[in-house]
Amino acid sequence: MAQHEDSEGLRRAADPIGPAAIEVVHLVKQYKNTRAVDDISFRIARGSITGLLGGNGAGKTTTIAMIMGLVLPTSGRVEVLGHPMPEQSAHVLGRMNFESPYVDMPMRLTVRQNLSIFGRLYAVANLRERIAQLAHDLDLNDFIDRPNGKLSAGQKTRVALAKALINQPELLLLDEPTASLDPDTADWVRAHFETYRRTHEATILLASHNMFEVERLCDRVIILKRGRIEEDDTPDGIIARYSRATLEEVFLDVARGRAQDDPNGQSRVIPQEPPNERESRETVP
Amino acid sequence: MIMRYWYLLLSSWPRLLELMYWPVLQVITWGFLQTYIAQNANFFVRAGGTLIGAVILWDILFRGQLGFSISFLEEMWARNLGNLMMSPLKPIEFLLALMAMSLIRLAIGVIPMTLLALYLFHFNFYGLGLPLIAFFCNLIFTSWAVGIFVSGLVLRNGLGAESIVWTLMFALMPLACVYYPVQVLPHWLQYVSWSLPPTYVFEGMRALLIDHVFRADLMFFSLTINAALIVASFGAFLALLRSARVNGSLLGGGE
Repeated sequence: MAQHEDSEGLRRAADPIGPAAIEVVHLVKQYKNTRAVDDISFRIARGSITGLLGGNGAGKTTTIAMIMGLVLPTSGRVEVLGHPMPEQSAHVLGRMNFESPYVDMPMRLTVRQNLSIFGRLYAVANLRERIAQLAHDLDLNDFIDRPNGKLSAGQKTRVALAKALINQPELLLLDEPTASLDPDTADWVRAHFETYRRTHEATILLASHNMFEVERLCDRVIILKRGRIEEDDTPDGIIARYSRATLEEVFLDVARGRAQDDPNGQSRVIPQEPPNERESRETVP
Repeated sequence: MIMRYWYLLLSSWPRLLELMYWPVLQVITWGFLQTYIAQNANFFVRAGGTLIGAVILWDILFRGQLGFSISFLEEMWARNLGNLMMSPLKPIEFLLALMAMSLIRLAIGVIPMTLLALYLFHFNFYGLGLPLIAFFCNLIFTSWAVGIFVSGLVLRNGLGAESIVWTLMFALMPLACVYYPVQVLPHWLQYVSWSLPPTYVFEGMRALLIDHVFRADLMFFSLTINAALIVASFGAFLALLRSARVNGSLLGGGE
């Protein structure tokens, strides 16, 4: 939890009053009979790393998709970098980027061709130099002229990360960025996020099932359950409130509906979500 | 975006071969049929080239739409649509890139076809002269209008709607009177036929080859309907894109 030792990081997490990178107000997404996101509101301070946690079907991906403008909310509003989405997405899309398991890079194109095309789409200046820089930073040089489809999972993740960083985004949205990676590669990727946030003062919103990753990277954690915000605090704050040693234990408490001690010495029981309801939300329509 | 599709084409010889395979097959089949009919019927001797000309023009229409739609489908197959939708790429820029790619793919498929027609059947497609430009433009505009609309349907409904890409244009074939004049149709169906821009092109081609007259009026009507069709299809695409955002199908894009 190196970031938590950073007093500036703690201040940003505890005081999201400053200029918001993301502002979500009473956001609702209803898919036919399923309420994927149910009236959530939060502000994410610029320069912070926020973890969005929750079990499968909790509404993480839908929330991120609404922030990106890929999904329209049923009600509520989203502002990104001061602009309402998706109405003013043209002002914002060039300043943000994302990585998600729901998308791939074209498989037949080489890494260099892919980065070259996305660099042009994002109107990156000095593209050749930028690609060379990314290839160096992310260790892509050994396979930069190989088709994307012939890369290992770890190599593909690094290429996806290079695409996500090609425009040096102010806001980076990451959906399960280290899923299916071996521990060494995952650790390497996390270190890169930390470096990128520090060097670019970027804002990162991270959806993950990896609690270790969230504890390590995030200033703040928002836990979703059944489309609603269950917890919103620093990782240390949440861990302390649940009297647990790790965020993973807290996550299991929330997911399984175990009691949480509140500051008044009382406890409230979080009802356990029936598995069939959870499953029904796992499939994005 | 054009570079993206160009790299893809160059990286895959089956894709390149497929562009030429069907046009060549078509022109050979219909060319021999026309040769046989010409040896046995005076009318077709006089109207030499109408069948093979119709085959080539039909292929411009069909391949134009297919070239547009396949480039779009490549993004669905590659699960790359989310990356594009999240980039600063505007829908109109995306559609313009698909139009450019349909021209490139068409050139790869149809130019060898016309050369083969010249070599095997002595039919010089380019001998149609300047009217060919009018024919080509009107057909390609229709193909883009259909391509834009079909891409919107696939965007909204996922790859389950993929078959529409391959089949929708064939629904126009009998009504657009590719191989026979409009007068052949029942009277009431002729109204439907005249509402389709390609009908004017195929009638114009027959007028040119049989009567040696260029019907500029037909090309003008075709162009007018095409303009309305392209505007309508673009509006439909935007509406379907919005519907896809409401429905969440941009995230999945599967079946």
